[in-house]
Amino acid sequence: MTLDVDVRHRLGAFTLAARFRAEAGITVLFGRSGAGKTSLVDILAGLVRPQEGRVIVDGVTFVDTELGVFLPAHKRRVGYVFQEGRLFPHLTVRQNLLFGRWFTPRAERWGDLGHVTELLGIGHLLARRPAGLSGGEKQRVAIGRALLRSPRLLLLDEPLAALDEARKAEILPYVERLRDEIGVPIVYVSHSLAEVARLATTVVALNAGEVAACGPAAEVLAGVALAPLGYGESGAVVEARVAAHEAEAGLTRLESPVGQLRVPRLALAPATPVRLRIPARDVMVALASPADISALNVLPGTVVAVRTVSDAVADVTLACGQGHIVARITRYSVERLRLAPGVAAHAVVKSVVFEGGATAGATLGFAVTAVEAG
Amino acid sequence: MLLSPEEWTALALSLRVSLWATLASLPLAALVALVLARGRFLGKTLVNGLVHLPLVMPPVVTGYLLLLAFGRRGPIGAFLAETFGIVFAFRWTGAALAAGVMGFPLMVRAIRLSIEAVDRRLEAAARSLGAGPVATFFAVTLPLVLPGILAGWVLAFAKAMGEFGATITFVSNIPGETQTLPLAIYAFTQVPGADTPALRLTLVSIAVSMAALVASELLARAVGRRIGIV
Repeated sequence: MTLDVDVRHRLGAFTLAARFRAEAGITVLFGRSGAGKTSLVDILAGLVRPQEGRVIVDGVTFVDTELGVFLPAHKRRVGYVFQEGRLFPHLTVRQNLLFGRWFTPRAERWGDLGHVTELLGIGHLLARRPAGLSGGEKQRVAIGRALLRSPRLLLLDEPLAALDEARKAEILPYVERLRDEIGVPIVYVSHSLAEVARLATTVVALNAGEVAACGPAAEVLAGVALAPLGYGESGAVVEARVAAHEAEAGLTRLESPVGQLRVPRLALAPATPVRLRIPARDVMVALASPADISALNVLPGTVVAVRTVSDAVADVTLACGQGHIVARITRYSVERLRLAPGVAAHAVVKSVVFEGGATAGATLGFAVTAVEAG
Repeated sequence: MLLSPEEWTALALSLRVSLWATLASLPLAALVALVLARGRFLGKTLVNGLVHLPLVMPPVVTGYLLLLAFGRRGPIGAFLAETFGIVFAFRWTGAALAAGVMGFPLMVRAIRLSIEAVDRRLEAAARSLGAGPVATFFAVTLPLVLPGILAGWVLAFAKAMGEFGATITFVSNIPGETQTLPLAIYAFTQVPGADTPALRLTLVSIAVSMAALVASELLARAVGRRIGIV
């Protein structure tokens, strides 16, 4: 699957000018409210016709203004899960689920009612009407309805925005199952860094209608590209796996691209993959390897970028091993240590946040578990 | 039993006229309501004004205009009579036409309001699920508008049952042909000593109106439950 987007669209004073490419998996459109995320998704769905540009999904041209091509929404076979569910109030859950099926040619149907209801855990709701469902149930039915359209592309527009933390935790595993079990390409809109870190294969960061950064999740979230957006939450995302347990010390050793990390014991079998986020504000930078320090994780590396965040603060990106780590330190320290690209330095990691990957999610839960490793 | 044969005839005729008037005008009213609610075109205000005209004009004027247009020598009346053999003048069909025209604005108004109340985001959802414009209308819009259509129909039916001025001007007051309930009541009031039949028909008229209102309330509730609004 490839998603090829290059559109320009003006809405009053707001101009959307987005251009990106994404491969299979979950592509997260990330940005603040008003960054143009929903407009972009509406263009992908065919609900908004862009003034200029093209959208090509898996070789099928949805829009090409130069060639005068515009495939209407109902012919795109794109599943759209809206922020507010938008279930049909006059139909039962079952009728809602099967709505898109009527309009899908038999040969192109891959969504199966039994499988979808089982996957989303909504089998017991089939006879009910949307008015009687909870927020989380409504959103799961909306996802099921979009899936039973047998879409070639699934769009999820902040499907969790209207839900509380408990309901979010209820839905997220289902989204991961869509990615892992059904394999349908997904475009997922979010303004939550936690959701991005947990789900994204590719991240497209939008800022004021423009693509600020686009690429593999770990790269974009390394903070290099996000720092200018000023999220105040930049950090590195690291894919790691459990290497071994140190029973006596009560620690677990993780193997990761940035090097070996030691964290308080995790109840996970060796070789289990985990996704970590290392918040920039919890990383210190040292020129020499510090001796006699409480922090367990000191990673040697090289400074690759220094980006000023404000008058007082800067983000320093270090290449450690095969990955990146971002440290948020004062500009005063940057000058004092003469940090600049090429300078060898050590990243002192004070804490690690687990994002709950596909397998770790069950044990650690989605609620971010901060582990003091220092 | 309680009513004389003439009175039964007037009641039956009234029901027939009102049913035909409202059922025949319903599709057109729905279409006009849709155009007024959703359409964007030059002269929309004019169309809206024309539709509402029977509501604000004296009924006698409406009846007289109908007579001019649909009478035997009227341009439309003569054409319809020659081409299709349809005659309105001094027939019960003419009474139905007059009743239909008078109830039309009420019907359009009720349906238009309910179309405007439909959440268009639901229609966008239907389109994303593969429903084209026509399928979206029948599968989503129409069911959601149904209570409004029902309300408009009942209003127009009640109006048709009570229509007097336009009917008597257009098709006169012919017992058994154009003499509906209100016209029969009027006729009795013109005869000395016929107070009792006039009163009887008045009670019948009240009963029919009440029955229509109660029926519409029950139906609206049933439909509302079915589409999950109530």
